[in-house]
Amino acid sequence: MQIIENQKQYDVVIVGSGAGGGMATKILANAGLKVAVVEAGPFFDPANPQQQTQLKWPYESPRRGAGTKRAFGEFDMAYGGWEIDGEPYNQIGNSKFDWFRSRMLGGRTNHWGRISLRFGPRDFKGKDRDGLGENWPIGYEDIRPYYDKVDKLIGVFGSKENLYNEPDGYFLPAPKPRLHELYYKKGAEKSGVKVIPSRLSILTKRINSDRGICFYCNQCSRSCSVYADFSAGSCLIFPAQKAGGQVDLYVNSMVREVEVNEEGKATGVLFINKEDRKEYRIKGKVVVLAASACSTARILLNSKSAQHPNGLGNSSNLVGKYLHDSTGSDRMAFVPELMNRKRYNEDGVGGMHLYSPWWLDNKKLDFPRGYHIEVWGGLGMPSYGTGFNPNDLNKYLGLKVGGYGNQLREDVKKFYGSVMGMSGRGESIAREDNYCEIDPTTVDEFGIPVLRFNYSWSDHERKQARHMHNTFEEIIENMGGVVLGNKPGADRDYGLLNPGRIIHEVGTTRMGSDPKKSVVNEFEQLHDAANVFIVDAGPFVSQADKNPTWTIMALSWRTSEFIIQELKKQNI
Amino acid sequence: MLESCVSESKETLEQKLWEYQYGRTPEEQAYDEKLLGQQFFRNNEIEKIKRLANLILPPTEEKLGNLDFPPTAGGNIEEAKVPEFIEFMAKDIPSIQTQMRGGLMWLDIHTRKTYNKDFLDCSEDEQHQVLDQIAYPDPKASEQKMEVGFFTLMRNLVMTGYFTSEVGINELGYKGNQPNVWDGVPDEVLKAHGMSYDESWIPKFVDQSKRNDIAQWDEEGNLIS
Repeated sequence: MQIIENQKQYDVVIVGSGAGGGMATKILANAGLKVAVVEAGPFFDPANPQQQTQLKWPYESPRRGAGTKRAFGEFDMAYGGWEIDGEPYNQIGNSKFDWFRSRMLGGRTNHWGRISLRFGPRDFKGKDRDGLGENWPIGYEDIRPYYDKVDKLIGVFGSKENLYNEPDGYFLPAPKPRLHELYYKKGAEKSGVKVIPSRLSILTKRINSDRGICFYCNQCSRSCSVYADFSAGSCLIFPAQKAGGQVDLYVNSMVREVEVNEEGKATGVLFINKEDRKEYRIKGKVVVLAASACSTARILLNSKSAQHPNGLGNSSNLVGKYLHDSTGSDRMAFVPELMNRKRYNEDGVGGMHLYSPWWLDNKKLDFPRGYHIEVWGGLGMPSYGTGFNPNDLNKYLGLKVGGYGNQLREDVKKFYGSVMGMSGRGESIAREDNYCEIDPTTVDEFGIPVLRFNYSWSDHERKQARHMHNTFEEIIENMGGVVLGNKPGADRDYGLLNPGRIIHEVGTTRMGSDPKKSVVNEFEQLHDAANVFIVDAGPFVSQADKNPTWTIMALSWRTSEFIIQELKKQNI
Repeated sequence: MLESCVSESKETLEQKLWEYQYGRTPEEQAYDEKLLGQQFFRNNEIEKIKRLANLILPPTEEKLGNLDFPPTAGGNIEEAKVPEFIEFMAKDIPSIQTQMRGGLMWLDIHTRKTYNKDFLDCSEDEQHQVLDQIAYPDPKASEQKMEVGFFTLMRNLVMTGYFTSEVGINELGYKGNQPNVWDGVPDEVLKAHGMSYDESWIPKFVDQSKRNDIAQWDEEGNLIS
């Protein structure tokens, strides 16, 4: 098969258009560079009525919102999921890593929770505290100016709290808590669990004339048609184009490998166009990989050459290693005081209005690192599943469960809004033996070798999950609620979800100053090829109990400025 | 099992497709079109589903409600398009097909034995007697009988089909899914629950009268607009 050459010579070829790729596109194009963005999925604009799901009702769909075709329900704005037709991945042994991919412009930023937390000073130096994992080669002060810039460019609401490891930023004002969140606050504070307004990248106040303000429909997971939430397409890539940036989008284009010259420097990428299934070559002075931690590792490992026989950037043999996801476990509560609620529009923003950052000192605990608690509940829009087991909660009231007839209507109305939940999201310890690698036995439908995963949790994570459930139960009791479900025991890893389920996978191309112990340097530049950079979450040395997106973008901005400098100096 | 399906007329199909316009990818749309063009349940099965749905949620004429809920007439399962929804879900989630079809079959086997006639030919009283045996799962049992599991599935589909429909959402009293300005829980609700907003928290919250002013901060990160 003949490779179709693209005659254009780009300054930078960016693979992936999510948080990291979007930010690199914006910064590099604003600097006047010629940029190609290669995205595996289709073009997507949340303002396009053909693609919009925001403000749709469940009855506008024949399946009423069920998740048969999209993992988080059919109105969720992620084209993809844990399983994608034609794009398999495999496991080694008993490993159960669930890999979520979103194939579309903007990637997973179109549906994510918008929880936008800065890593704190302690988060970069975990090993100093407990001897586990590795320290980052940079600290909070190195990245702080970029967090500041991201806050101002993208917009994030929150509140100044002066907590050492939860640094404040340039916040928009926070929305008032909902009723169930006030119950949570009451219960948590009684247990000594800190509660503060949440920090989400949703515009509660205008930040510029291009983006709208939140109109409180609770549907950020559907991607906002007035651009009031952060999605990489609407907030980074489109503005870069609008400002006159030279940005060419190549969509439906699956990158197979990075090509190199005789000196081992990158010359561009090879991709398969999903529509005509032909192979294309695109050339650039610099290649920026932002395909997601695991996809980037896959591309590097598939980029074997005489110069890089072990895969590009893999002289350390560490590409794919130290893969880690957040720990996660959830619990639900029934709050009898919330039965028969008065109805009002309680949609609010798409996500929680308050949360609990990590509040304890590990010296007194039997596990390292921490977790934060997210809260959910309220008078939400009905969707597929609403009305299932309509009166199971009757058993807590000494009433009959099951039956038929109009009593069921009354039961559903009685319990509507009386169930809430908590989710713990914590930090796991990165380990060399948790990894992804190329599976030589399998290719995807584009003929590209796929990944297989090897991942297990250790007692560090299991004990953390056990602590989460003890905390949840105490808080639920404090707020006058009834804990639902049995406490998960050792047989169920204390309720710890499968790795990958929290969709925070990081670490596969970790950052460090020693090329034998890391894949990229502190500017996310491959030790083995000076003109290749990685701006997704692959370079994360450890992930903190924070969601990774804000740090991905701050690092991507920092790396993009470094690329501009190095190009000027003709170093790359 | 879909092989037994008959195809819809072009006209009916087009009408169905026109109804569902909600941000599908071309692949998803093609898949939905395929399912909408097929019929899984036989006519007699559809009739039984309709009857069951009407027993689970009978039409109401009286106004339901109390002081807190303004009285709303409950809708009926036809208005909520519950039978169409169940037909679609049986194709969308093929793993429930056998349980549904087998359960519908069980109804007739049972009523022929007990009343010497098919389920649909039974009187309402007799149909209630059948449901009384299968509508109450034993909370202590580690497993439920097939017919109990079938009825639970049917009840779940009927209930969710109803409460995700326009009439069902109205009856439930959900008020959102429209542009809004959230300024906290209404005062009377806070009071009724013995809750209030912490005084020290008030300055952290959005002043909705200034949401249109472009955000500006001082050097310490304090919002000044």
